[in-house]
Amino acid sequence: MIEFRQVTKRYDSDHTALRAVNFHLDRGELAFLTGHSGAGKSTLLKLIMVMERPTAGEVIVGGQKLNSLPRRQIPYIRRHIGVVFQNHQLLFDRTVFDNVAMPLEVMGASPEDTGRRVRAALDKVGLLKKEKMNPMQLSGGEQQRVGIARAVVNKPPVLLADEPTGNLDPELSADIMRLFTQFSQVGVTVLVATHDIALINEMNRRTLTLNQGQLVAGGGVSGH
Amino acid sequence: MATDSRQKPDNRRGANRSRSLLSDQARSYLGHHRKVARDSIQRMWKTPVASAMTWTVMGVALALPVALLLLLTSLQGVSAGWESTARITAYLAMELPAEEARGMAADIESDGRVVSVQLVERDQALADFRASSGLDEALDFLEENPLPHTLLITPEDSARSAEGVQALVTFVENMNGIDQVQVDLGWLQRLNAMTDILARAVWALALLLGAAVILVIGNTVRLAIENRRDEILVAKLVGGTDAFVRRPFLYTGAWFGLGGGLVAWLLIQVSLWWLSGPIERLAGLYRSEFTLQGPGFDGALALIIVAMLLGWLGAWVAVRRHLDDIEPGDIAGG
Repeated sequence: MIEFRQVTKRYDSDHTALRAVNFHLDRGELAFLTGHSGAGKSTLLKLIMVMERPTAGEVIVGGQKLNSLPRRQIPYIRRHIGVVFQNHQLLFDRTVFDNVAMPLEVMGASPEDTGRRVRAALDKVGLLKKEKMNPMQLSGGEQQRVGIARAVVNKPPVLLADEPTGNLDPELSADIMRLFTQFSQVGVTVLVATHDIALINEMNRRTLTLNQGQLVAGGGVSGH
Repeated sequence: MATDSRQKPDNRRGANRSRSLLSDQARSYLGHHRKVARDSIQRMWKTPVASAMTWTVMGVALALPVALLLLLTSLQGVSAGWESTARITAYLAMELPAEEARGMAADIESDGRVVSVQLVERDQALADFRASSGLDEALDFLEENPLPHTLLITPEDSARSAEGVQALVTFVENMNGIDQVQVDLGWLQRLNAMTDILARAVWALALLLGAAVILVIGNTVRLAIENRRDEILVAKLVGGTDAFVRRPFLYTGAWFGLGGGLVAWLLIQVSLWWLSGPIERLAGLYRSEFTLQGPGFDGALALIIVAMLLGWLGAWVAVRRHLDDIEPGDIAGG
């Protein structure tokens, strides 16, 4: 589902964010991405979302080589990738429902379809009763769950999460990880970037470890 | 190509979804346009003062050239009207008796190029002059009538070209007893020359003010883009195409144009109403049919459409310049 072949990303001549990274994530696989800050976690996620292009090597998502993807095709790739951010990236000028509906809106889904799917996603994260509220009125954990609902509302085959449990207490973190596990069980490839070692140890899943831009663990196929 | 990425083999659910009927897609596309159009109007209503100010700026900028164009059209109507009634005025020699003048009038009238000849006898001319000039008392000081007999010659339609009139003038000039022949086209030509210059000036002004309108709307839309930065980022993150992200701003520009066009139309109607009385009086003094013509329904429609196009264009400029700068590259943090 996600494949990196000898991927190098160099920002300036002196700053190399990723060095010859190789890995392959299967459909329905849940993996962690870890490393000290500045090790290249965010760069790796950005390459998958085509926010950045690799300097060398190939990034392949869903069989599509992203290197050669024309700029106008980027939105269509992003529709297949759900993303959960540490700071949620929710919009406070609209309701929870409208926030979650955004990925469907950009795809031009019909209102009936949108209503059904948004409620299904909110039900999944346990926020069905709060659809009419403003995200501002919700707690941090609830906001994070709205972000997750938005990321999965159009059932993307890939789900990326950047420090999704960063601001949450262990119990809420466990809740969210349980959700991710459920998604992977229905075939979604989930990649969670985090430096929460306790969480990683608890979950006992494949872990890609970056150090100075190099993949030092979890790169082999044996990892899962 | 879009369907390629939608129908990836790994994405069976996505593939099923995108296989919805084409008519469904068209319907939801139109539905989205309606929604965006409504949304952008509602946003405008939320800041009524700022919106009204933008409309007014646009309205003034549009009303000015349009009002001048209307004035120009009216002036051109005047000169066209008078050209068709161009007359040749022949002043007879002072000493010529009225009898002979009547004979000359009959002679000229029998010419094929002439429709009619009117003889204004000198006594009549003086009486007219007395009545219309208000120089009643001054004229009393004159010992004798200073005015000659006058022939007012109206040429045939076919003789009304510049050469035709000139030939007729030469013919009359060569007659005995004619003192001076005047064709009252000189001032008309001057008026025409002036309206030509005015027309160019008006179009230049219209061009400049049109550019100003585009810049004003561009700037307003740029602010709107800044205000909705987060929304644009999220829309791009979840796979909104450039067209999707641009759409609300283009509608905003068009609505600003609509408002500006309406304000301009209102300003023009009010000024017309305000000026119509004095202009009628002035035209009456010149015995002219001159009236200021309003834009009419077609003109108003054209004005509003042009205004909306300018608004759309302004928004497009702003969107081109600023929307592409907003890329979700830095959203994911370091």
